[in-house]
Amino acid sequence: MTAALPMLELRGLSKSFELHHQHDARLKVLDSIDLSLHAGECVVLAGPSGAGKSTLLRVIYANYRISRGAVCVRHDGGWLDLAEATPHQVLDVRRRTLGYVSQFLRVIPRVPALDIVAEPLIEAGTATTEALQHAGALLHRLNVPERLWRLPPGTFSGGEQQRVNIARGLIVPRPLLLLDEPTASLDAANRAVVAELLEEARNAGSAVLGIFHDEDMRQRVATRLFPMRPLETS
Amino acid sequence: MTPTYNFAFLDENTKRMLRRALLKAVAIPGYQVPFGSREMPLPYGWGTGGIQVTAALLGPDDVLKVIDQGADDTTNAVNIRRFFARTAGVATTERTAEASVIQTRHRIPETPLREDQILVFQVPEPEPLRTLEPREAETRTMHALADYGLMHVKLYEDIAQYGHIATSYDYPVLVDGRFLTSPSPIPKFDNPKLDHSPALMLFGAGREKRLYAIPPYTQVESLAFDDHPFEIQRWEHQCALCGSGESYLDEVVVDDCGTRMFVCSDTDYCGEHLAEAVA
Amino acid sequence: MNALLQVRKLSRHYGQRIGCQDVSFDLHPGELLCIVGESGSGKSTLLNTMAAQLAPSAGSIRYRQKNDAWLELDALSEADRRRLAREEWGFVTQNPRDGLRLNVSAGANVAERLMALGMRDYGRLREIASSWLARVEIDPLRIDDAPTSFSGGMQQRLQIARTLVTQPRLVFMDEPTAGLDVSVQARILDLLRRLVNELGLAAVMVTHDLAVARLLAARTMVMQGGCVVETGLTDQILDDPQHPYTQLLVSSVLTT
Ligand SMILES: Nc1ncnc2c1ncn2[C@@H]1O[C@H](COP(=O)(O)OP(=O)(O)OP(=O)(O)O)[C@@H](O)[C@H]1O
Ligand SMILES: Nc1ncnc2c1ncn2[C@@H]1O[C@H](COP(=O)(O)OP(=O)(O)OP(=O)(O)O)[C@@H](O)[C@H]1O
Ligand SMILES: [Mg+2]
Ligand SMILES: [Mg+2]
Ligand SMILES: [Zn+2]
Repeated sequence: MTAALPMLELRGLSKSFELHHQHDARLKVLDSIDLSLHAGECVVLAGPSGAGKSTLLRVIYANYRISRGAVCVRHDGGWLDLAEATPHQVLDVRRRTLGYVSQFLRVIPRVPALDIVAEPLIEAGTATTEALQHAGALLHRLNVPERLWRLPPGTFSGGEQQRVNIARGLIVPRPLLLLDEPTASLDAANRAVVAELLEEARNAGSAVLGIFHDEDMRQRVATRLFPMRPLETS
Repeated sequence: MTPTYNFAFLDENTKRMLRRALLKAVAIPGYQVPFGSREMPLPYGWGTGGIQVTAALLGPDDVLKVIDQGADDTTNAVNIRRFFARTAGVATTERTAEASVIQTRHRIPETPLREDQILVFQVPEPEPLRTLEPREAETRTMHALADYGLMHVKLYEDIAQYGHIATSYDYPVLVDGRFLTSPSPIPKFDNPKLDHSPALMLFGAGREKRLYAIPPYTQVESLAFDDHPFEIQRWEHQCALCGSGESYLDEVVVDDCGTRMFVCSDTDYCGEHLAEAVA
Repeated sequence: MNALLQVRKLSRHYGQRIGCQDVSFDLHPGELLCIVGESGSGKSTLLNTMAAQLAPSAGSIRYRQKNDAWLELDALSEADRRRLAREEWGFVTQNPRDGLRLNVSAGANVAERLMALGMRDYGRLREIASSWLARVEIDPLRIDDAPTSFSGGMQQRLQIARTLVTQPRLVFMDEPTAGLDVSVQARILDLLRRLVNELGLAAVMVTHDLAVARLLAARTMVMQGGCVVETGLTDQILDDPQHPYTQLLVSSVLTT
């Protein structure tokens, strides 16, 4: 196998929270993290609760601000440091390069499941009918019953919402995927589908960085573990 | 002529001011020129705007005709004619063809006008946008910028409500492709007579203190929609007196039993036509 | 990508009082930007100044027109301002009564802007007005009703239809859902979200509701005392607020 292309480079990445209304408390969560992620890899963050796993994913996604260090993403054939990027650049990276699937679906009032799933594809320029077809196929694969597609997912079960969320997160093939316990409330059969989808993504050249608490899932998808532990409180 | 008055009642300075305003009005067809409206010996609403314009125009050789709704013999028309006969000593007439200045309320004569005639309109509300936009500063800006988005709204409402453009009086026109203008409350039947008229048309609004003009041979377009073109009134009847099928007809009740008939609103035209028919 | 609107060091004072101060940002085509902040923080002042309805005291605003030429809004003539407002912009006011013509029918309200652009086919005007009423979920059978016979939420939807019917490139909205009850709000927000996506228009929306910003806007500006204290991606501002005022704002709303 030829050397895989690096997709993400974290260099000296630190994150702390300053809580102005709690006696100006400063909470240090990440300290000088270095990590490279290559195409075709699936690196799983491992560590106890509070180790900063979710924080790390959110910082990479630019949902949290970077306190220090660099988050370099291969975007448009070049490197872009998200610590320096403008909001418009970050939005473009999110649209085309960097996907993020969290544990919870953020429902949009009155928007049906099928449209929620298709939306990122339509935003990426796919024709609406084609995008809806695609969304249907994906929901079908994730065993979301067709009678639910036309309903807003606000009233769905936790597992159904999670599958809608995964479909929305994976519908646009992106070179970099961040996954924060996307399978936490899924049964074994559906977890297996997600594992398949991730494998397909990796085979297509995507790099995956994820958090999976389920040991079995971790075994199936991880090519490498990245250990993390909580920082000492100072 | 009563010698205690200045010629045509107004003093010369006032007439000069009016003439300057009129020249400006002629220079900018359809544009409403403000002027210092004077107190006249009759109340607003009785044609004080038109009277001031006529007063500024009249010379000793002029022949004046005054009509109200087409008729020369209504109280208003008779009074205004007498007023100028007394204060200016000018000749008066009821014949359209003989008049050099015609002051009118609500009609344009049926007899085609000539280049050597001037028609003076009495205007109650010079602002065609007023019913939709009450703010004067705003309507002035709209005129200044030809920002007339509003102008079709009223016609739209007509069609929505009645199935056709029901506005039949004071039907808005665009003068010289530029200024949206009120033709005064003439029936829309008369609107085509405004377009490329050989006679100068002057408009005076006394209470609102505005003058405007449609100079001879100016393009005057009545507003419309592509699929609801401008149309004038038509009657199934002919004039019961002269038999004309071309003039604007008034429906009049002729006895206590409510019997109605249709007759020309333009009394001079009706008489002429009747004389021709008899001859 | 090329910006649509460039605001630089924009200030607007009312005598000695600060309305807004030293605001700079770019707005891109197809982007919805929210301005949040407490009452009196200068949101409306900023919005009205960038929409050229208030003259700036200092700073500059540039707008890239349809023909790609940049226009300096502080040097804008009244004629150009109106042309922009008519042909390229839309403004949705908080109180629909300020943005509607109450003495004419719903249909005429929607058709007015089209007529202003020269459309003279009554049948077509009506067709478009009907379809826009349907689009904002007003029964097209009510096309000839007066807006005064509509509920507040319907009036606001009518105002949105009236504004968007000409497919403006840039829309300014000042708290379009304030004063409406929650279910009506959700409906209008969903509608706006859809229309903004479908029409690809750029918009600046003032709101004091962070949930609205989260739902609609990719980017948000937080104002306090006339100044922008924090600006960035909406989710970043809501999930990892930096400024003490923003932290207070975020912590004082129930998380959704
Ligand atoms: N927005 C925030 N503001 C303040 N502190 C935060 C914020 N997000 C995370 N933290 C803190 O950062 C630390 C790490 O949290 P994080 O959620 O990253 O842990 P985790 O490794 O994902 O844990 P778990 O396995 O339980 O999900 C925690 O102490 C948490 O309280
Ligand atoms: N016309 C005016 N004359 C004087 N001061 C004004 C005027 N308009 C606004 N202000 C002041 O400017 C400041 C900002 O007002 P603005 O209306 O922009 O606030 P806002 O953020 O829109 O508030 P709200 O959420 O209550 O609508 C306030 O101090 C206000 O009192
Ligand atoms: Mg976590
Ligand atoms: Mg305000
Ligand atoms: Zn007759």
